[in-house]
Amino acid sequence: MTQANAHAAPPSAPGALSRAGVLALVAALVLAVALNAGPRSGAILAIGLGFGLALEGFRFGFTGPWRRMILERDASGLLAQLLAIGIVACAALPLLAANGAELKGAHAPVGLAMVGGAFVFGVAMQVVLGCGSGTLVNAGSGNAIGAVALPFFAIGSFAGAYHLSWWTSLGSLPVATLDGTGGLAVTLAGLAGIAALALLLGRKGSHRLPARYWAAALALAVLAILHLVVAGQPWGVVYGLGLWVAKAVVAVGGDLSGSAFWAAPANAEQVEASLFTDVTSLTDLGLIGGAALVAWWRAGFASPVGVLPARAWVAVIVAGLVLGYSSRLAFGCNIGAFFSGVATGSAHGWVWFAAAFAGSWVGIKMRPALGLEKRK
Amino acid sequence: MTRAHVVMLLGLGMLGVIVLDQVQSEPLNPYTAPPMIALGSGMAAGGAHCAAPPPPAQ
Repeated sequence: MTQANAHAAPPSAPGALSRAGVLALVAALVLAVALNAGPRSGAILAIGLGFGLALEGFRFGFTGPWRRMILERDASGLLAQLLAIGIVACAALPLLAANGAELKGAHAPVGLAMVGGAFVFGVAMQVVLGCGSGTLVNAGSGNAIGAVALPFFAIGSFAGAYHLSWWTSLGSLPVATLDGTGGLAVTLAGLAGIAALALLLGRKGSHRLPARYWAAALALAVLAILHLVVAGQPWGVVYGLGLWVAKAVVAVGGDLSGSAFWAAPANAEQVEASLFTDVTSLTDLGLIGGAALVAWWRAGFASPVGVLPARAWVAVIVAGLVLGYSSRLAFGCNIGAFFSGVATGSAHGWVWFAAAFAGSWVGIKMRPALGLEKRK
Repeated sequence: MTRAHVVMLLGLGMLGVIVLDQVQSEPLNPYTAPPMIALGSGMAAGGAHCAAPPPPAQ
């Protein structure tokens, strides 16, 4: 490599002018949403873009760190997740305690279907190497597996919500939450306990977090707190995806009155309202857009799509459906249940983590048999 | 096939979802939209979330 081309940009890297143009276009889109749907919608879309920029920009996620913890005993990614959740909890629990009418937490009951759903979600997220946020980020960055899984994730989310009341009737405990200062102390102690266990089981040196993990944890925490303050509810992913399919079903003449969930007044109103008024739809769109922006900025769209056997694509489609369906039964994915649930004091967030982590171990073992990676 | 093709297809799909939504949904009205920030607005939190418990089975 010569001195001249050692510093040259990659052939397909966007120039400064086109970068400025795209940033101006993104700002104009956010402004257009704010002017047409209201300032809150514009702000939530901007926060969603921030989530996408942070996750793709710092190459951070939830599935990969769990996989590395299980396969390589590398605890660093899991520790960064716990750090982010802990920071959010320090702000969210006092805010919820003082402003219970204006803000709400990701509080859901623990139940049979919830635990089973979280376990199955853990399996599926390792099969496609993408969780709730991960599938959106992967799709936005041009990953074919994420892009194929996404529409089926949405269909699964719609179907899971359709049947949610029946599944919940199989057996659920009352909603249990950790509130106020005592709740915050228990939450932080729980996160510290899991971190200590991860360090104990992790290989030597994996307690050192790379700079990008620190940055990702801080960025996600700040954005998640902003999300709670602006939207009045914590960050979530899967409701919006199911809503998009519900709208499509209604558009082709489908009737949702047979579902206790979709016929409920709040959800029926949201099906009729613009998705630019739905919080999770806005953050989901932002996530995809933010990830696409980073991938484009890095000239990552020139990479070829990998070739996989047919059974691998079938596995991706099935796993996408399962991700969507199971995340509704589990009252959220890694974001709505684990990240936001734990950070806002919901007991179901902790149970979700235990069940999904166990499911992840199974999912990792399944990947070679499904043709998604070579057998060792 | 490159990632650019994947993103173009995804973008078309998302555009389709948005167009379908705008055609069939109630028109947007920024003047009836909630304040920019929920905290301090005095309004009850009302947005849908994946953790919200469902209504009882019929």
